[in-house]
Amino acid sequence: MSITFVGDTVALTGRSLRHVTRSLDTVITTALMPIALLLLFVFVLGGAIRTGTDSYVAYLLPGILLITIATGVSYTAYRLFQDLQGGILERFRSMPIARSSVLWAHVLTSLVANVLSLVVVVAVGLLIGFRSSAGPLAWLAVLGILVLVTLALTWVAVIPGLTAKTVDGASAFSYPLILLPFISSAFVPTASMPGPVRWFAEHQPVTSIVNAIRDLLAVRPVGADLPVALLWCAGILVAAWAVATAVYRRRGA
Amino acid sequence: MSAAVAVRGLEKSFGDLHVLRGVDLEVAPGTVFALLGSNGAGKTTLVRILSTLLRMDGGEVAVAGFDVATRGADVRRSISLTGQFAAVDEVLTGRENLVLVARLRHLPDPGRVADELLARFSLTEAGRRRAGTYSGGMRRRLDIAMSLIGSPAVVVLDEPTTGLDPEARLEVWDAIRGLAAGGTTVLLTTQHLDEAEQLADRIAILHEGRIIVDGTLAELQALLPPTRVERVEQPPALEDVFLAVIGSRRAAGDPTGQEAR
Repeated sequence: MSITFVGDTVALTGRSLRHVTRSLDTVITTALMPIALLLLFVFVLGGAIRTGTDSYVAYLLPGILLITIATGVSYTAYRLFQDLQGGILERFRSMPIARSSVLWAHVLTSLVANVLSLVVVVAVGLLIGFRSSAGPLAWLAVLGILVLVTLALTWVAVIPGLTAKTVDGASAFSYPLILLPFISSAFVPTASMPGPVRWFAEHQPVTSIVNAIRDLLAVRPVGADLPVALLWCAGILVAAWAVATAVYRRRGA
Repeated sequence: MSAAVAVRGLEKSFGDLHVLRGVDLEVAPGTVFALLGSNGAGKTTLVRILSTLLRMDGGEVAVAGFDVATRGADVRRSISLTGQFAAVDEVLTGRENLVLVARLRHLPDPGRVADELLARFSLTEAGRRRAGTYSGGMRRRLDIAMSLIGSPAVVVLDEPTTGLDPEARLEVWDAIRGLAAGGTTVLLTTQHLDEAEQLADRIAILHEGRIIVDGTLAELQALLPPTRVERVEQPPALEDVFLAVIGSRRAAGDPTGQEAR
C-alpha cells in the first residue's frame, strides 16, 4: 500500500464514479428488476407461499437485495469492457501509476453504485410494509454482509470484463448469479424442495447469506449461518480477486 | 547524448507468427522519428513493447536510458503513448480528462496544467464539453495533449492520423510540429508516406519484421536515381480541391498551413 496506490485509486475512482453519476439510470435499472420481483412475489405469488412468518416482505427482502447486487455488478463488467475496448485502459497501464489501482477503482465504484441501488430497494420495501425492529448494530452487520457480497461479486465481474469478446458476453455472467437466489431459501423455505434440489439449495452460499440477514433484521439469534456466509463471501472474494489480478497481469507485460 | 530510444535485435512472436525479427533502431533526443510500414508490419507491436504493454522475446530495448525489461516504472515515467484509437474518456469533459491524467502523473496543480494544455491545443471552448461530443480532430488533439502531461522525454504517436479527415489531419500535424519545436522526442508510426515526409527528421521502414531502411529523407531519396527535371502541367491535387470547397482555413492560398488562433 504505497501513497501512489491510494492517490491513483482515488483519482481513478473519482473518474468512474462520474460515469455512474452521469448515467444515474444505471442505478435505477439495477434496482428496477429486483423491485419488480419484490412486488410480484409479495402481491401476486407470495400469498400462496408458506414461510412460517407473518410478513412475506420481511422474508423476501434479503434475497431481493442479493439479486440487486448480482444485477449491479454486471455494470462493472460492462464499464471495464468499455475501458478495454476504448483503449483508455491501455493508456492507464502505460502510465507510471500503481497498476492494481485501475481495478480497485472499478471495484470501489461498484460498491458505491450498489449501495445506492440497495437503498432504493430497501426504500421500496419500507413503502410496501417491510418493518424491522433491528437496532443500529444489526443494521450495520447487515450492511457489512452486503458490502462483502458486493466486493466478492464485483471481483467475479472483473473477470468477464477483462476477458469477454463482446459487450453481451461481458454482462451475461450475471444471469446465473441472478438465478441462484431462486434455488435457495430466498423465496421459499428449502424444506418444500425435493431431495437433490434441497441439498443444493442448502449448501450454496445464497441460503446462508439470506438466512443470516433475515435473522439479523428479525432480531433473532443468528446461528451457524453467519460464519458460513462470511466464509463463502471471503472465499469467493479471495479466489475471484486472485483470478482477476492474474488475468489483468497476463494481458500485458 | 545517449539515444532517447534504443532498440537492438528485438524479437517478438505471437505463436507461429514471427512479427519482429531483429529490429534495430535508434532515436536521437529532440527529433521526430517516423516508423513507416504497411498494415501488420509490426509497428504497433514495437510501440507496445516500448511502452511496457507487451513483453519482448529477445533483444534489448531502452527508453531514455532505462531498460524496458528491468526498469518498467522508470520507462513509464519517461514515455507517453498515444494509441491508434484515441484513448480519451468520452464521458468526462476534455478538461476532466486532462486533470485526471495530471493527477495520475502526480503533478502539483492539475487544474492549471489542464487549462494550459487546453489553450495550447485550441480546446479552451470545448474543454467544458464531454469528449464524446468532439470531432475526430479535436479528440486526437485532446489525446495528444493528454500524452504531453508531465513532460515525458519521449512521446509515441501510433498512427496519429488514421481515420481522420484531411482537415483534422492537418490539425494533428500542426500539433506534432509544435511538440518537435518544444524539444520533445517524437516516435511516430504511420502508413502515410507524406506524413513521414512532412514531419520526420529521420525515417525508418519496417518491413517483414526488420528495419530495411533508416535515414533522413534526403538519404532515402538518394537511394533512387536522381530526380529528372520535367515541365508538367499539374492540376490541383484532390486534397487542395477538397479543402478549398469545404472552405477550410487551410485552403489553397494559405501555403503556410498555419491557422489563425
